[in-house]
Amino acid sequence: MKGVAVLVLRRIGSAAIVLLLVSAIVFTISSLLPGDAASEMLGQSATPQAVAALRAKMGLNEPAPVRYAHWLGGLLRGDPGVSLADNLPVATLVASRLPKSLLLAGLTAAFATPLALALGILAAVRRDSAIDRALSLATLSMVAVPEFLVATLLVLLFAVKLRWLPSITIVPEHPSLWSFLRGYLLPVLTLTFGVVAQMARMTRAAVIDQLRQPYAEMARLKGLSPARVVLVHALPNAAGPIVNAVALSLSYLLGGAIIVETIFNYPGIASLMVDAVTSRDMPLLQACAMIFCAGYMILVLVADIAAILANPRLRG
Amino acid sequence: MSGWVEVEGLQVCGPNGPIVDQVSFQVAKGEVLALIGESGSGKTTIALALMGYVRGGCRITSGAIRVGGRDLVASRERQLQALRGAKIAYIAQSAAAAFNPSLNLMDQVVEPALAHRLMDRASAEAKALDLFRALGLPSPETIGRRYPHQVSGGQLQRLMAAMALITDPELVILDEPTTALDVTTQIEALRVFKRVVRDLGVSAVYVSHDLAVVAQMADRIVVLNNGRVREQGAAEQVLEAPADPYTRSLVAAAQARRPHPSGRVEDAEAVLELRGVSARYGRGPEVLHDIDLALPRGGSLGVIGESGSGKSTLARVVSGLLPAASGEVRLAGRTLAPTVGKRTREELRRIQIVFQNADTALNPAHTVGRLLARPVALYEGLRGAALEARVRELLDLIRLPAGFANRRCGELSGGQKQRINLARALAARPDVVLCDEVTSALDTVVAAAMLAFLAELRRELGLSMIFISHDISAVQEVCDEVAVFYAGEIVERAPAADLAQAARHPYTELLLASTPQLRRGWLESAPVCAPANIHR
Repeated sequence: MKGVAVLVLRRIGSAAIVLLLVSAIVFTISSLLPGDAASEMLGQSATPQAVAALRAKMGLNEPAPVRYAHWLGGLLRGDPGVSLADNLPVATLVASRLPKSLLLAGLTAAFATPLALALGILAAVRRDSAIDRALSLATLSMVAVPEFLVATLLVLLFAVKLRWLPSITIVPEHPSLWSFLRGYLLPVLTLTFGVVAQMARMTRAAVIDQLRQPYAEMARLKGLSPARVVLVHALPNAAGPIVNAVALSLSYLLGGAIIVETIFNYPGIASLMVDAVTSRDMPLLQACAMIFCAGYMILVLVADIAAILANPRLRG
Repeated sequence: MSGWVEVEGLQVCGPNGPIVDQVSFQVAKGEVLALIGESGSGKTTIALALMGYVRGGCRITSGAIRVGGRDLVASRERQLQALRGAKIAYIAQSAAAAFNPSLNLMDQVVEPALAHRLMDRASAEAKALDLFRALGLPSPETIGRRYPHQVSGGQLQRLMAAMALITDPELVILDEPTTALDVTTQIEALRVFKRVVRDLGVSAVYVSHDLAVVAQMADRIVVLNNGRVREQGAAEQVLEAPADPYTRSLVAAAQARRPHPSGRVEDAEAVLELRGVSARYGRGPEVLHDIDLALPRGGSLGVIGESGSGKSTLARVVSGLLPAASGEVRLAGRTLAPTVGKRTREELRRIQIVFQNADTALNPAHTVGRLLARPVALYEGLRGAALEARVRELLDLIRLPAGFANRRCGELSGGQKQRINLARALAARPDVVLCDEVTSALDTVVAAAMLAFLAELRRELGLSMIFISHDISAVQEVCDEVAVFYAGEIVERAPAADLAQAARHPYTELLLASTPQLRRGWLESAPVCAPANIHR
């Protein structure tokens, strides 16, 4: 187990370095955006003097490395600064949105992951059969159809025609289980459409790869049932690629949910970031980017650790 | 016509037609039947069919297979499943691949007994422990808690035997069970298998390409070629008085070969010399310790040893693929740079390496002509007609028609591919050719032809060669001198012709004693000696 601890610590270390690099890139790119918060806030009719005064007040005239050092220091202390547009602490803004995004992502993950694994395993076991081909076609079309279309069609069907579900997601303070499910069903379904295909296809490929190994044939020659061959023998060895595919798909749920958030008018962190871009609110934009990146790193880290634990060679 | 296992007119078809056709044989209760043949002979297909199992894309198209009165061809999948691993057990070629890498060994060994509900976990583990002891596995109490990568190949093979025997099967199918093992490990595994089969009185089907191994194990032999039975009969008859010409060619190829001394070592000048060479991979342990070697011009040095003895590492150091940790490699009296990148093109030309597997060493997308033209153009700068003439000359040298230049390797046989692999090295007109296990991936008859060809080529061209192999008789055929490697050191150097007389080191003696002979009863007469007793 000592080997595992070293491996995990090394992964965490490299994740921290990646985050630092990303912070530099995020800072550089966001300062390349045309215009700044001062000109954005005062509008097109503002006099140059007013804009310059505001710029000085907001500290936008300092050299970039100084601003970067300030920002990074704040970030490390847990203070990502003050939103230039709303004059509210960025932390407060994020705190109001992040839990909502995490809830939506969590619900989707809880629904989509088991579904994708089941579909992928089914397709692998029945490979080249009618079921496999149907699933392959279905998952491919799910990848191909853009999310806004899926969302619009779902709204059209369930909210407009059938009037079963609300077309926007407003969840009251203390919802009943029913109203909670009603509110979240459409966005979760839409996001599931987007992420399930990739996970299912990777699961299928990984399981088929393992079923072709000599040990899988040996398991069959031991007289084991097909279910046991797949679940006990093939699946643990396919765990590495599968958890990685799951991690990549789930990382999309945090930052890539912008269309879903917009269509269902859901106050998540992705729409917060888009607002930050339109108002040139750099501290907020940078904080959102760092959150997405950190979320991604955490998921990949968890996937790496899971793959290590599933492999006795690496477990040592 | 009544056996306990009966196969009648079996035909198994794959996507491109029959793999096995009109195969009939019987196995009596308690008898060991050998299926012998080269790659593509259909022996594994037949062995698997005896469990009612065919690989993807294949099916049994006609014939009958009866085991103990049960008709396997007519059985449903569920009935077959109940039979596999319970009444009929399988021991696969490569235990390293046939064990699941992520489950521990005990879980896998007791799995057949549990899956067929023959016993509970505790009694299955107790039985496994008895088998571990009977099979001579080290620390039987704890070995089950290990994972496949934590035990040696020979131990895995014995663990697989335990996995097969835990359900007290009536028929055991052994599919090349010792082919992946070193000879010194193989002899022990053969003894174990033979004892178990005799003691338990089970019937066995032993699949192998190696006549010498089959001679020790089988009561009866079925000779297969291209999916058909060429000859079958009692083991003595097939081995000593083969009726079929194909069987005769197999027996001839398996017989101990006569060495071909070259007699062309004119001067004692060493073309290649190693002085105090040590090597390691990365920060790993040293795999070659302080090697001193000299290869006379026109001489041929055989390097033998088991896997892990450092013999392939030697080829990598000499060719510059792996820099030596210390010591020097000298070519015609001049010290070579340790790595390929620092050697001059002329130095690279003078040392060429021929790899074991032509399938992976030759680019399948290129024609034979292009493969051979590349080194010629690189080292001699030939273009156009001169280049084509040189390629034709090379093809002529390896006894292949000039038309082969336009073909791709995928269209060629294993022996032809290996000759092209060799010709590519010869294209550079090297001073030294390093042959790394060049006959190991070939069938017996083809390998015998390749060895005879190499010996001939040596006489013709006066090649200086280092011939690396685990096969002692192959080394004796093409080499003047033999260096025996053990644990990264040379433990013995002797003239190839009388290695048996000259052998002083216990490992050389063990190696000689472990090499199977065609003689029936050799296994019983071979002295028992464990590799662990050897001191460096």
